[in-house]
Amino acid sequence: MSEAPSYNFAYLDEQTKRMIRRALLKAVAIPGYQVPFASREMPMPYGWGTGGVQVTASVLGADDTLKVIDQGADDTTNAVSIRKFFERTAGIATTTHTSDATIIQTRHRIPETPLREGQILVYQVPIPEPLRFLEPRETETRRQHALEDYGIMHVKLYEDIARHGHIATTYAYPVKVDGRYIMDPSPTPKFDNPKMNMCPALQLFGAGREKRIYALPPYTNVVSLDFEDHPFEPTTFDRGCALCGSEGVYLDEVVTDDRGGRMFVCSDTDFCESRRDGFQQAGGTNYEARR
Amino acid sequence: MYVAVKGGEKAIAAAHALLAKERRGDPSLPALTTDQIREQLTLAVDRVMSEGSLYDRDLAALAIKQARGDLIEAIFLVRAFRSTLPRFGYAAPFETNAMAIRRRISATFKDLPGGQVLGPTFDYTHRLLDESLDGEAPAAEPARKDASADEASPHVADLLGQQGLIEPNPSEDSSAPVGDLTREPLAFPAERDLRLQSLARGDEGFLLALGYSTQRGYGRTHPFAGEIRMGSVEVHLMPEELGFAVPLGEIVVTECEMVNQFKGSAESPPQFTRGYGLAFGHSERKSMSMALVDRALRARDLGEEAVASAQDEEFVLSHADNVQATGFVEHLKLPHYVDFQAELQLVRQMRRDWEEAQRKEAAE
Repeated sequence: MSEAPSYNFAYLDEQTKRMIRRALLKAVAIPGYQVPFASREMPMPYGWGTGGVQVTASVLGADDTLKVIDQGADDTTNAVSIRKFFERTAGIATTTHTSDATIIQTRHRIPETPLREGQILVYQVPIPEPLRFLEPRETETRRQHALEDYGIMHVKLYEDIARHGHIATTYAYPVKVDGRYIMDPSPTPKFDNPKMNMCPALQLFGAGREKRIYALPPYTNVVSLDFEDHPFEPTTFDRGCALCGSEGVYLDEVVTDDRGGRMFVCSDTDFCESRRDGFQQAGGTNYEARR
Repeated sequence: MYVAVKGGEKAIAAAHALLAKERRGDPSLPALTTDQIREQLTLAVDRVMSEGSLYDRDLAALAIKQARGDLIEAIFLVRAFRSTLPRFGYAAPFETNAMAIRRRISATFKDLPGGQVLGPTFDYTHRLLDESLDGEAPAAEPARKDASADEASPHVADLLGQQGLIEPNPSEDSSAPVGDLTREPLAFPAERDLRLQSLARGDEGFLLALGYSTQRGYGRTHPFAGEIRMGSVEVHLMPEELGFAVPLGEIVVTECEMVNQFKGSAESPPQFTRGYGLAFGHSERKSMSMALVDRALRARDLGEEAVASAQDEEFVLSHADNVQATGFVEHLKLPHYVDFQAELQLVRQMRRDWEEAQRKEAAE
């Protein structure tokens, strides 16, 4: 049997990283455009962040500090698994603090703490094509992007309004990038969409199974699609976090018993922990067991 | 309270320990060796090599053991290992005419040069459970053919080709670059080289169902199993600095050539057409299914109307890979509570709107 395999820094070989970096450069040069890349088979399953992992592996340097979140939390199992993967294959420093990280890989959230220049946010993307559920064929959607032919998307949003009185999309809410490409923000809640606009950090998107990379350079104009008389409305919560008291943050609903008890807590665990001490010393809790 | 999302790291380690214990099973029984898997579960090894796209019986056997017999998981293990291997070149095309044949049958001609060779096949076994296998009963020594009796076994399709009854194989310009979808992302429309590569890596069950659907009328291709051959072929590499081919070793492959009816078109006279399947090891079901689907996917090239799923290359090639498919299906196990929360909010709002509308209606 062959000897134990030894892997390169951050797992991928340098040629693969170069190929991915070329795709990233193209993606940065054409914000919101989906660049095909020769995605590799990774030692974790497709759909579990292989695109994000390949992007992170390609931009990671020995002096970087990495944070990995899934659903906003550092300690969800898949975030733990990906963080450990890079600790093992790259030996880099990791953190749970948003402000200490140079690279943040995320699945489906943007941290509450505002990002700054020099940071890179890497999104894991399942289906990069915002038009996919309206048109299943890649040949057709590529043509629509090329011709900026986004009629089907506007019709879909219009039909939502006609049927429900509002746009019935709550996550993976499509955005228009720099006035040109319609882009899927990955399945982040639409609550996070405004954070993408004019963000000082570099935002990179990797879809491994679908073999696509796209990007938002710092300070890119990102507009959530809407109509003049039906402007985009981010999700709001009518309460604060039960643990730290923060308002205006994204909350997870935690079922506390089988009698309808609920509590709402920050989805961003790092943000919550940093705010919690002060809040609890002040004796505050707005724990609510609803009906 | 509120501990549900904490402790992911410990839980993962504990789950891995439990998995290792389950894999081992009853410790009072001897552990399965990878040699035993390699020698006795050969068809599982063949499938893992084929769909894992890596010809290495030892690694495939190890992967099957590590995956507790889950072949798609084993294929995934092999693929993940394969993607770390450096490419030092591409082998020269091998000639299956020169195969050392272990099995070779044709359903189109009763007898033919080289003869029909049944080889090790389940085909005519009666599927009765054999309790004598639950022990150490030695296998009977099979009959052996006199090696001097070997004669050439030309491809059946080539015999038809001599009379112009079947379309010729595409030009044999072996220096033309061949696509590689593991190095370049697949784009549509895909040429036949990429289609065949995708099918060769594709899931046996998926191709079986698609091939079957063409037989039942969803994109019918009127197939005959022109020939199925299994045996070993020598693989050569032509290093540029040497300028001549160097043998790398022998691999066992199964090749299937389907002969399909074709009515002809404005450009071509009526003649038979070809569907091609090739897989590592003894993988007959796979190579036959592949040949059926290959032919179905040639609808566009042959000017046929593509109406069925098996003829739709975006549909077939986008969904044939079981490592991709299983990953995306199984990723539904990952937490989705952020998106679900957003949907919960929406459903609650829509229910409020609906109830209000009902109330208004009742009041009117």
